[in-house]
Amino acid sequence: MSGKNLKLIKNPLSKENPITVQVLGICSALAVTAQVKPALVMAISVIVVVALSNVIISLLRNTIPPRIRIIVQLLVVAMMVILVDQFLKAFVYDVSKQLSVFVGLIITNCIVMGRLEAFAMQNKPWASFLDGIGNGLGYGLILFIIAFFRELFGSGTLLGYQIIPDSWYAANGGFYHNNGLFILPPMALIIVGIIIWVHRSRNKDLCEN
Amino acid sequence: MNSLRQFIDKIKPNFEKGGKFEKLGSTFGAFETFAFVPNEVTKKGSHIRDAVDMKRTIIVVVLALVPALLFGMWNVGYQHSLSIGETAPICDTIWSNFWYGFLRVLPIIIVTYVVGLAIEFMYAQIRGHAVNEGFLATGLLIPLIVPVTIPLWQVALATAFAVVIGKEVFGGTGMNFMNPALIARAFLFFAYPSCMSGDKVWINEAGDAISGATPLGDAMVGNFASMPSIMDMFIGTIPGSIGETSIPAILIGAALLLITGVASWRIMLSVVLGATAVGLLINGIGGNEYMELPFYYHFLMGGFAFGCVFMATDPVTAAQTNTGKWIYGFLIGAIAVILRVFNPAYPEGMMLAILLMNVFAPLIDYYVVDANIRARKKRMQVTK
Repeated sequence: MSGKNLKLIKNPLSKENPITVQVLGICSALAVTAQVKPALVMAISVIVVVALSNVIISLLRNTIPPRIRIIVQLLVVAMMVILVDQFLKAFVYDVSKQLSVFVGLIITNCIVMGRLEAFAMQNKPWASFLDGIGNGLGYGLILFIIAFFRELFGSGTLLGYQIIPDSWYAANGGFYHNNGLFILPPMALIIVGIIIWVHRSRNKDLCEN
Repeated sequence: MNSLRQFIDKIKPNFEKGGKFEKLGSTFGAFETFAFVPNEVTKKGSHIRDAVDMKRTIIVVVLALVPALLFGMWNVGYQHSLSIGETAPICDTIWSNFWYGFLRVLPIIIVTYVVGLAIEFMYAQIRGHAVNEGFLATGLLIPLIVPVTIPLWQVALATAFAVVIGKEVFGGTGMNFMNPALIARAFLFFAYPSCMSGDKVWINEAGDAISGATPLGDAMVGNFASMPSIMDMFIGTIPGSIGETSIPAILIGAALLLITGVASWRIMLSVVLGATAVGLLINGIGGNEYMELPFYYHFLMGGFAFGCVFMATDPVTAAQTNTGKWIYGFLIGAIAVILRVFNPAYPEGMMLAILLMNVFAPLIDYYVVDANIRARKKRMQVTK
């Protein structure tokens, strides 16, 4: 893989991260991150949708009339989302129920439309595919970090496994209580803020003057 | 005092630029200005300087909190004695009750100050600015608005959250747009509801037979028969957060704040007016027992008086313009009563009402200033 292509995958993980730098896709980052498992499934769904719709739009890019390009893009994205939704319903029904409308709402996820407009309309299929994978991974990485802290402190579990010992809990004579704030979406927003804070302190060139 | 001054002057060069402990300069400055009025001179332009600087302002707030704190300590002991069936006259047990409460409340105060000040000093060192005084008041406000049974690690966590997320990320004292003490309480309220509400948390080591519900808790579940008398609610011999129960103690603090001009009378008055207006309106509509509860009950129950005097008037987070203060205060009182009466999830609305209006205060100010500019423009055009 050439250096230029590698950059397409690596850049969205940090310097061009869709959530922490471009501040896109915040809504779903708050909604599906109460536990790690739905967050990972959501991340994979977005990776698939962005990558494949990027490829399709990139293949069609020279034949789409500019005036109706948004409708064409939406149509492609909607088709991909329906495929993913049906796939989840067939194979991981419980997670699909947990994610409820948010899989369908991938259509409105700004990351997808943003990549189609900004990248796939001007670039070849292979580069567009890598760009989609990269941005999906960047989105998934942040989702995973948020969900990790929210599930650990909010429920004391990770991927459903008990991490905090049962004997610590006040109900069993210990001192510990789960932090209910971590279950609520506002805490996800605060965690996103903290990630942006840490990220910008490490990369001074991202700070606005 | 003189020997202290000489000692400070002697070690001062070590902390100035180029000195041995240059890095600890802001820590040194914090202690020096805590003991003595700073001798800085205004160098540019002309400014009016007053001896009442930030530290003295904050200390007035701390002094104003002392009556509520002392009463709260006594009440912790008194509620405990009541719950275990102690029937001796109040006068005979006043000291033992106070001592009991003192020993329970002191650890909460120590934890708040140690955690909060440690973070404040850390930030001051890293960012190289002077240590902010604001936490001296915040650190005493937090213990007064939590139940006495609160676990100390939760207090530490909430204090750290309030100082870092509520204040330091925005640039420290004076830059925060929400009251840090209330952020600490909101954090505890949403994170550990079982330790912050209900009828089990308000009395330390309660006896089994007693119901420890606060008047607001009673009102929320429609248990009006077991609400304490108006006199008890006014004096404050009821279960509740440590500092919020006694109206007379809070009024002493309010008087001190108003005489020294630290807090705004406009805000206090408009909070009461807002609650009265909405309270009367709800009384007029009627419908259920809570809606027909006389409006003045709202002043006596829960944290209304405490929030009105000490929280809503926080000069940093309140509206700055005089017209803005009236709107800001009125809406706090109105929203607090609405939340209490109509929201089945939260018995107390004062905290959320103040935090909500903290967020809107800059917007209110913006439109007040804007209206003033437009009014003056209009006047200008008429005379032309």
